Order: sequence, then C-alpha cells, then structure tokens
Amino acid sequence: MNRAAAILAGAALAGCSRNPSILLDTAGPHANEIQWLFWLFFWVCAAVWLCVIGLLGFATWRGLRRWRDTPAPATAPAEERRLVAWVSTGVGLTFAILTLFVGASYAVDRKLISLDSGPTMEIQITGHQWWWEIQYLGETPSAQFTTANELHVPSGSTVKLKLRSSDVIHSFWIPNVAGKRDIIPGRENEATIRVDRDGVWHGRCAEFCGYQHAFMGLTLIAETPDKFEKWKASQRLPAAAPQSDEEKRGQEIFETGPCGACHVIRGTSADGHSNYAPELTHLKSRSSIGAGAAPNVKGYLGAWILDPHGIKPGVHMPPNLQNADDFQALLAYLETLK
Amino acid sequence: MSPPDIEVVDDQHVPRDVDVPLERLRDHLDNTWRLPPGLFGWLCSIDHKSIGRRYIVTAFIHLLLAGALAMALRVQLAFPEQQILGPDQYNQFFTMHGTVMMFLFAVPMVEGVMIYLVPLMIGSRIIAFPRLNAFSYYVYLVGGLMVWASFFLNSAPDAGWFSYPPLAGPEYGAGKRSDVFAQMITFTEVAALAVAVEIIVTVLKLRAPGMSLDRMPIFVWSSLVTSFIIVFSMPSVVLGSTFLLLDRLVGTHFYNPAEGGDVLLWQHLFWYFAHPEVYIIFLPSIGLASHVVETFSRRPMFGYPAVVLALISNGLLSFGLWVHHMFATGLPRLGNSFFAASSMTIAIPSGLVLFCWLATIASGRLRFKLPMLWIVSFFILFVMGGLSGVMLASVPLDLQLTDTYVLPSHIHFVLIGGAVAPLVAATFFWFPKMTGRLLNVPLGLVQWMLFTIGGLSAFGSMFLLGLSGMTRRVYSYPHTMQWDTLNLIASVGAWLLGLSFVLFTINILWTLSRPTKAPENPWQASGLEWSLPSPPPIYNFVLAPFVSSRTPLWDSPGPLPVVGGLRFDRREVLVTTVVEAEPDMRDPVPEPTVWPFIAAMVTSVILIASMYAPQPVAWGAIPFAIVMVAWLYPRRMVSPPAASVGPQAHQA
Repeated sequence: MNRAAAILAGAALAGCSRNPSILLDTAGPHANEIQWLFWLFFWVCAAVWLCVIGLLGFATWRGLRRWRDTPAPATAPAEERRLVAWVSTGVGLTFAILTLFVGASYAVDRKLISLDSGPTMEIQITGHQWWWEIQYLGETPSAQFTTANELHVPSGSTVKLKLRSSDVIHSFWIPNVAGKRDIIPGRENEATIRVDRDGVWHGRCAEFCGYQHAFMGLTLIAETPDKFEKWKASQRLPAAAPQSDEEKRGQEIFETGPCGACHVIRGTSADGHSNYAPELTHLKSRSSIGAGAAPNVKGYLGAWILDPHGIKPGVHMPPNLQNADDFQALLAYLETLK
Repeated sequence: MSPPDIEVVDDQHVPRDVDVPLERLRDHLDNTWRLPPGLFGWLCSIDHKSIGRRYIVTAFIHLLLAGALAMALRVQLAFPEQQILGPDQYNQFFTMHGTVMMFLFAVPMVEGVMIYLVPLMIGSRIIAFPRLNAFSYYVYLVGGLMVWASFFLNSAPDAGWFSYPPLAGPEYGAGKRSDVFAQMITFTEVAALAVAVEIIVTVLKLRAPGMSLDRMPIFVWSSLVTSFIIVFSMPSVVLGSTFLLLDRLVGTHFYNPAEGGDVLLWQHLFWYFAHPEVYIIFLPSIGLASHVVETFSRRPMFGYPAVVLALISNGLLSFGLWVHHMFATGLPRLGNSFFAASSMTIAIPSGLVLFCWLATIASGRLRFKLPMLWIVSFFILFVMGGLSGVMLASVPLDLQLTDTYVLPSHIHFVLIGGAVAPLVAATFFWFPKMTGRLLNVPLGLVQWMLFTIGGLSAFGSMFLLGLSGMTRRVYSYPHTMQWDTLNLIASVGAWLLGLSFVLFTINILWTLSRPTKAPENPWQASGLEWSLPSPPPIYNFVLAPFVSSRTPLWDSPGPLPVVGGLRFDRREVLVTTVVEAEPDMRDPVPEPTVWPFIAAMVTSVILIASMYAPQPVAWGAIPFAIVMVAWLYPRRMVSPPAASVGPQAHQA
C-alpha cells in the first residue's frame, strides 16, 4: 500500500487533476478532431443499436401473435415483397451510414495530415523497457541534450517526434493530445503533436511491452515558450558541482560504483550517452522516478536505489546494497541534481 | 497379386440394403459398423459423432479453464493497486486466457460442431477421411495438454495472444514460453487444416441424393465457407509461427531488424490469418443460430440465397481487412484508408443476415423456446460488438481507441455475443439429438439472465474504461486514474458471466445423469438430422434419405423417401455429384483403426521435441514414416462370401 501512497503523492506532485479520457479535457487539435468524429460515430451507432433491438422486439411480437402449431404456409407474394422491401431498406441504410462513416473518417484523416505540416522543432523519443529517453535535437551538439520520462514542449507549437525503439515494440500515446503511434524496432516512425493548453498531461505506452508495460508512464508538460526556453537552457547545462564533502563523496560513489556503468550525469566522468538507463543530469527537475512509478522525493529515491523491484517488479535496474554511509552520500549527491 | 483395395468389378450379386427388411437391415448395419470393444475400441473410433463429441467436450473444458483465468484477471483488476497477481503471473494469465480461448476453445469448438453435425445434416454416414479426423483430434488434444502443462510449470506463453516479436523473439522472450505459443499454433493448425479438408470434401461429395447446393442447410453452407477460410488463412500463420520458432531455435533473423529482418512481417502474417479467424468462429455460429431462428419461427429462412451469398462474401471480405489491426504502426495513410473502407464493408453482409433473421421471425409462427433467448442475447451483445468494430475501423478513431480497453470490449462483445451465445443456443437445441436428453429449462433461464446482464455490464464498462484512457494488458493501475468504479463493475459483470457457465456445466452434468427420453424431433425442426433416433446410431442413416426441398421434414409428411443399393455386409457410403447431388458411386469406408491415434502421438512427440532442438524434425521422420506405412498399409477387404449372406437376403 506504500505504492498506492507513492503514486498518489506522485500524481499530486505532477498536478494530476487531468482526466485521462480521450474525450474530456482535450489539449490539442489532433485530439479535438478525433473527439468530434467519435461523437458522430457514437450517436449514430447508438441509434442503430436501439433500432435493431426495437426491430427485434417488433418482429418477436409479430411472430408470437401469428403462432400456430403447424409450419407456416408459403409466404404470400405480397408479404414476400414487403419483407424484401424491409430487408433492402435495412441494407440500404447500412450502406448509407457506412458511406457517411468512411467519408467522415477520410476527411478527419486529411485534416490530421494537414495538422502535421510545418513543425517548428524536433524531439527524438526512444522507447525502452520501461522508460522513455527524450533527446532534444539542436543545430549544434552543444544545443542538444537528453532527458527521460518528462517531455516539455512549448504550447501552441507543432512538434515533430521521431520515435525509435531500443528493444521491443512500444506505442507512444498521450490520450488528451493525439492518437497513438507505434514505436517499432528497425523502423523510423514519426508523430506530430500540438498542445494548445498549458499544463501537465499524462501518457503511457500503449503496446504491450513486457513486465512493466503497466507502469511505463510519460509526462508531457506544455508551457509558454518563455518558460520552455528557460527550461531548455537549464537542461543544457552540465550537472552542478557538488558542494559539501558528503555530496562529493556521493559523486565519487556514483562514478566508481555500479551507477555510472549505465547512468549518465553530464559534467562528471560518467558522461557521454547511455542506451541502458535514464540520464540523471537534472534528475531532480523531474516529478517522478521509474517512468511514473513513484514520486521523485528522497525517500522513494532511496528505496528505488536499494531495491527498484520493490517499486517496479521486473525492472532492468539491479538492487544495490551498499553500506549506510555510502548510500546516504549517494542520495545526498543525487538530491543536488536540480 | 491384384491390388486388394480396388473393388471387384462384378458386384452385381453382392448383398444390398434393399434386399432385406428394415428391421433385419438395422441388425446387419449394427453388426457391420460395430467398434472393437473396450478402451482399445474407443481409441480406434473414427466415427464422426464420437470424434466430434470429443472435440466439443475438450473445447468446453478449455473454455472453463480459460474462463477461470479470466475470473482471476478480474479479481486482480477489481480494485486499484492490487498485488494478488504479480506482473509475471498476470502476463501469463492474460496470454493463456486469449490464446486458449482463440486457439483451443473457439476454433476447435466450431470444428467439433461441424464434425458432429455436418454429416447428419447432409444425410451422410461418415465424414470424409474419417481416420484423418481421428488423427486431428488427438493432435489437438495433445496441443492443449502441452499448453496447460506449461502453464502449471510456470512456463506459459506471456507475450499476448498475438505474441509480437521482438517481445516474443529470442532476445526478449524468456525461457520456452513463446516456443510453447508458437508450437501450440502448429498443433492447432494441423488439426484445423485436416478438419477443413474433411468438411469441404464431405459437403461437396457426401450429400444425400437430391440435396443440390441450393438445398443445403445454412449451417452446412457456413461450414463450407469456414473450411475454405481455414484452408486459405492457416498457411499464413503456419509460416509466421515457423519463422518465430526458427528465430528462437536456430538463430534465423526473420524478425530481427538488426540483421535485415522485419518485426512487422509477423504482424502481417499473423493478422492475415487472425482476422479471418474471427470469421472462422463467427460464420459457423451464425449458421447454427439460423437454424434456431428458422425452427422456432416455423418457416423456411427468409432470403436463403441472400444469407448464403452474405456468408460467402463475409468469407471473401475477411481476407481484405487485416491491416486494420496495424493502423498505428505507421503504414502509408492512403493504404490505411482503403482497409478502413473494406473493414466497414463487411458490416453489410453481416447486417443482411441479421435483417433476414428479423424478417423470418416477423413473418413466421414464432414459438419462444429457450434457445431463442440466446438469439436475443446475440442481438443485444453482438450488435454492440459490431458497431464498436465499425468505430475501430475508422483510421483516426482507431488511433485513439486501439490498444485501450475498447478493444477487449469489442472482441468480447463480438465473440461472446456473436459466437458463444449461438453456441449455447445450439447446445440447448442439439443436446437432445446428441445425448437423448433435454437440458433443464429453469436453470437455462437463470443462466441466460446471468450471461446477458454479466456480458453487458462487463464489456460495456470495459468500453467506457477504454474511452477513459485505460490501456489493455496492464496488471494494475493507480487509484488516481479514476478507473476504480468501472473496473469493479467490469469485474462483477465478468463474475456473473462466469457463474452462468458454472450453471451451464451443472445443467449439462445433471441432465446427463437423467434417463434418455428425448423424442426424435423435440423442436419440430426441418433438418435431416431430426429424422434420426436421439442419439443417432453409429451408421446414422439406415438408408440414404432422398431430399427434394430445403426443409425436408416439413415438406414431406410421413417417413422420408430413401435411396437404397448400398451393401450392408461392409461399410459403404453413397457418393454424390458436387452440384446436383446425384448418386455417383458406392465407396468403401475405412475400418476403425488405432493408427491415427499412434500417428498423432508420434507427431506430437516430434513437435514438442522440436521446441528444444532442431534435430527431432529430422529423426522424427523415421518413426512417422513407419506409422504412416502401417496406417496406409493396403488390406484385403474383409467381405464374407456372398453365399453366407445371400440366402438370408432371399429368405426375407
């Protein structure tokens, strides 16, 4: 039940009052277009269902009224013609409704394609079991940086997402923003999103990808261009140097211990690019750890380091048993990664 | 040495069924068609009724087991943040639920019903290739046992019922789990292809004289179309699962993008089979339901040609839809639109069948017996599934709805409403024919209420959960997602549905313990099978019936006209022409034999061993070849000398 509390707290931190529905609280034009298409389909289909059940009731009532204990005689030609007319009307209406549906779907599809044009920025998202690697591509290497599980975009801009997988098939989905796009190893898929409303939106992997498919969450933060640029500038910086002795010792433990084998912190000797684990340069700027599995507070961070499987069973990070001093030092250092 | 299996040309003086009186003929036939006694005889049986019954019973057990898994899944999801099942167990549970329901319950169940009913409905004594039929059953049986054994050894498939590589591939699929999945497909497909070929030949060549194609019962038509779907769709998944096994076992790279393979290849191969698979399950079910509608409306099916054409066009169209399972993979947009349109098109023939049923009911003399209630469930649940299917066929909508709980909702509405409800109706309807006993009505009523209410609430709330953004295949969900209430309703609905099947099982077992007293034709139905005693004798028809209409028992009061001329001192069957069903020739029927059973065991050992090493495929050929020689070894026809039977015939 710790876990429940953790997630509750995590969501509270992330400001989750959003409804995760595809219909309520849409945040962008893609989701809006699909929303009205859904309601068109929904009301027509509901009417069709009621009609069919009504017809079944009518047919049953009529059939029961005509009950005799002998087989029915051959249908009279006039009645036969009436039945043919009824059935043909049914088939004709079915055809008309489906034509409407195909037409509306096609129109919305064209609209969605037109929304994809003229992206102002590109972000590369790599799906991993079970977290998201997010790389902001820039003109120069110094303008690029990597983060994880938390996607920031400027609101109102069209953003092209280049989707890659490092292992199995995943699917990128933020219900309030747009439909899904599968992330397929060996293929270069793209998705384009535009978020018009500032705020925190929650997404998750939609294609079954193994043990922790259920907790492969992604947070999308849409903010004003100013705030976004500020965030970007701060993310580009290498990690701040540790101040206290304990923090310095923590950095040393990070670099020489098992952590640095997979995780990257820019500005330390554990630099470069890692395919195995989330980049931690600005770990504390994020709201959750373990791709939304727990809130990013010291207690959960510590628990995660000692035994990630207690929070997210099956995750690829191994348990790390260390002596208490080293552990506290490491934690103190990680807490500085703002 | 003359070839022993070929019939003697001069057979003018052989004993014929028309030469003896009916009572004596029955005794002769009982004698000729008798099985060897005991367990050995049971293993030797090649009678389509006993093999069909075994298929049905086995598939029903799979239904109960996989249903129990679903109950456990719904316990886990009833409340947020539960830890009753861990992710590993949950993944095995839901994969087993889907895999067993699709491959070991639904497809074999409709096959079993086809094996049992088709020969009876067309007035034949046998199913074509009866030994192959027995072989197919044992292969299916072992495939099912293997899967459940792996489940209890904590080695069950865990990558979903469509097991996409690379998750199911060598790098990410742990242990033998996905090998079990791939090889289970092999078992199922061997059995299904055998049954499909048998049904096609049975329907085309073994119909009673006079039963031209346009007089075939609708279920026979749907069986024929289904069998062709199996023949054309199964090879695709054969290829797919073999590639998967090869990737996992010998290091080929069919699905490995790093070496030039392609993970989407699996999706194309799998869905090219698995979409038609839905119609493999659905078409026989609407065939069965058509007979229920026709019988209780007491008039021939309205629009018979339209219904038949709808079945055929469903069969054809089902091959043009598979890409709608892949809209989110990023295929070309224009191509997606084409598949969206073709997917919606299939609603037209399906709708046509429903409209013809409504017309039949409205213009008939309706008697509302228990099986009709399940037709009502069909309408309530299946139409919902069909309409949510139309939503999923729209490309933009699908991008939001796919892989959410809308999808489990859709597939369960379609399959529970469109296939399971008709199958339950068919059980109530044909149970007296199969066993000589009528199922209990009050229990059936309670079962029906639980089934319909449970189904509606379970799958209805799953639909709403999907709209609320709940993705499928999650072993747990945080309380903050606001999915608690709907999940609890879905769980309670699922448990009610489960309870209805517990009652169904109790009803069946209790009824089986009662004395047999069902009349030949308790529902005053029109088909040939209702002219037989309940249950029918092993040779089905004493004399081949002569058919002159679509509803023979309604159109010829009194006993059916018959055609004679078959020998009664050995197993023979009348073969007729494809279109008009004119008598063509007498054909000897193989003797019961244990070799199909042994061949199936050898095949199973080879298939299971080849999950662990490639060599068994090679050395396994040797025992298999020996068994096949024994199976096909030409035997001299044992026919008593004409003199010993002849005089009796003359005395008569």
